Amino acid sequence: MLQKTTFLSHSYAKPDGHTLAAYESAGGYKNARKALGMSRDAVVDEVKKAKIRGRGGAGFDCGTKWTFMPKESKKPCYLVVNADEGEPGTFKDRTIMERNPHSVVEGCIIGCFGIGAHAAYIYVRDELHLSKERLWAAIEEARAKGYLGQKPFGLDYPVEVYVQTGAGAYICGEETALLNSLEGRRGEPRYKPPFPAQVGAFGCPTTVNNLETIAIVPTVIGMGGEAFCKLSTLAEFNDGGSRLFGVSGHVKTPGVFECSVGLTLRELIYDLGGGILGDKRLLAVIPGGSSCPVMLPEELVNVPGDPRFEPYNGKSVLDLPLGVETFRSVGGMLGTCCAIVLSEDADPVLALHNLMRFYRHESCGQCTPCREGCGWIERILDKIVEGRATLDELDQLHRIASDITGNTICAFGDGAAQPVLSFVKKFRKQFEDYVLTGGKSQTKKLVA
Amino acid sequence: MAFSLSAEQERELGRILSRYPNKMAATIPVLHLCQAANENWVSDDVIQFVADKLEVGTAHVKGVVTFYTLFNQSKPGKHQVWVCRTLSCALRGAEGILHHCEKRLKIHAGETTADGKVTLRTAECLASCGSAPMMQVDKTYHENLTTERVDEILDRLIAD
Ligand SMILES: Cc1cc2nc3c(=O)[nH]c(=O)nc-3n(C[C@H](O)[C@H](O)[C@H](O)COP(=O)(O)O)c2cc1C
Ligand code: SF4
Ligand code: FES
Repeated sequence: MLQKTTFLSHSYAKPDGHTLAAYESAGGYKNARKALGMSRDAVVDEVKKAKIRGRGGAGFDCGTKWTFMPKESKKPCYLVVNADEGEPGTFKDRTIMERNPHSVVEGCIIGCFGIGAHAAYIYVRDELHLSKERLWAAIEEARAKGYLGQKPFGLDYPVEVYVQTGAGAYICGEETALLNSLEGRRGEPRYKPPFPAQVGAFGCPTTVNNLETIAIVPTVIGMGGEAFCKLSTLAEFNDGGSRLFGVSGHVKTPGVFECSVGLTLRELIYDLGGGILGDKRLLAVIPGGSSCPVMLPEELVNVPGDPRFEPYNGKSVLDLPLGVETFRSVGGMLGTCCAIVLSEDADPVLALHNLMRFYRHESCGQCTPCREGCGWIERILDKIVEGRATLDELDQLHRIASDITGNTICAFGDGAAQPVLSFVKKFRKQFEDYVLTGGKSQTKKLVA
Repeated sequence: MAFSLSAEQERELGRILSRYPNKMAATIPVLHLCQAANENWVSDDVIQFVADKLEVGTAHVKGVVTFYTLFNQSKPGKHQVWVCRTLSCALRGAEGILHHCEKRLKIHAGETTADGKVTLRTAECLASCGSAPMMQVDKTYHENLTTERVDEILDRLIAD
């Protein structure tokens, strides 16, 4: 169901929407003040009731994650906000940083209070210079007003917020790689356990949340967790509230849109995205960043035995509401909720080739299956695209990707395998055509 | 000559250090600061300087420098251009934009023009997929590119 919301995006169209004055005139910082007057447990409770599924891709419940933090800790605790935004196709967090940075700062105050931290680091990829500038400016404005520092709002809960920059490495979006990077090291993922809530930044208990997850927390405190949750039509799937949806690729009006959870891909592509360029046929869509399996409009929902799926069974996956569990149940993945759309003009073999170059380039190289596997996959795809591969090599793609899955330190490996497994399975004919005829019947281009 | 920072840059370094519980954590932001003060690259002198300031080994600093793509290990052109070529941009014509840049600058991606003005590079997804195709020039994003827009932008860089 398409239901637009404006909790984060109300400021987007205003030229001064990023300033404190604009934010406060829209009621900003009232909710942090309110939260700091509540008990820590009560704050976490509201966030739990809101059923915010992490907006960074894995979809973990935010309130539950916050309860993993120690009640009492001899060591300091940290909130780390993930704004590395590097997942191909994903461009939503940047809109918040550039056009509503105070929602992040206010979210950090509430987040710190909720997890028992007094410092938040917002880790922003280095390329996003305007985002960093706007965040720092928001932090300075909030500090000057006495909303940060030793006594935010005159209350006894010190909070500091800092911006930390990356230096060009997709893998630093993975939370433990990010922690290493924050500590001034190479951004190599760590083994888990221990989890960040036990041993995170600087060896201390840490919560890592996506930037959008944190930015929506003030809204939750303002309207109450239950009311926020009910905005969603997927509350019974434990997927509450409203979120940002992005759409890019072959649509007429690409962009970021804020809507209640429950939006479908069809609504995202045709209503918000304006439909397919040149009114062509939709070939495929990658629902939430490149690490999600690609989906075809012909795929039908079929989840027997679960009454919650009754309204959707037999329908196209385009008509299934975008949710963490709804998509998991149909063998897909919601990811970051930023969809990449391919029209019939796009050659799916070239699309996979493009993505696997990305993964080969970004593997940190710690695990043999990921480091070598991504290289082999890219080389086989090079050969396929050049019409020099054999059917046996095509089958090897599947084997290599399966061997990466589950055999690595971090989820990058699975993320790299998903596109291979799904593209090769769903576009078998097109891949075979490249092997057998050099791709005679394919469009051999990506542009529409 | 050994690398050093200006008085103002030293104050910035102090501000950076004040944000972290230990000095090593400042490695990346301090490298950014020093790289900007050293014609956009990290020389051995810079590595030594950062290691001394942060009381860490040069091997640590070198390890960090070599991990991240945005630390230049040789001097780039006066201006740096990155053309995003990941899927959302590719679907919108990134390849054409890149070829156009290569033709116009008479270099291949990864190279610097003979006059040292422009280094052309490819980039992976820069979180601007909804305004593809796009490229980054120094610290600025240029989005919804056409070849005409690219010409305007490159002309300015070449003339600078
Ligand atoms: C390879 C890889 C890249 C990731 N990149 C990002 C990213 O850019 N931004 C982000 O918020 N989460 C990213 N994540 C997910 C984080 O590890 C983590 O789950 C998330 O930041 C937690 O926040 P959330 O629970 O609020 O979503 C990535 C994960 C992997 C495996
Ligand atoms: S799975 Fe890949 S990216 Fe993740 S730690 Fe292993 S080698 Fe590095
Ligand atoms: S694919 Fe180019 S900015 Fe995302």
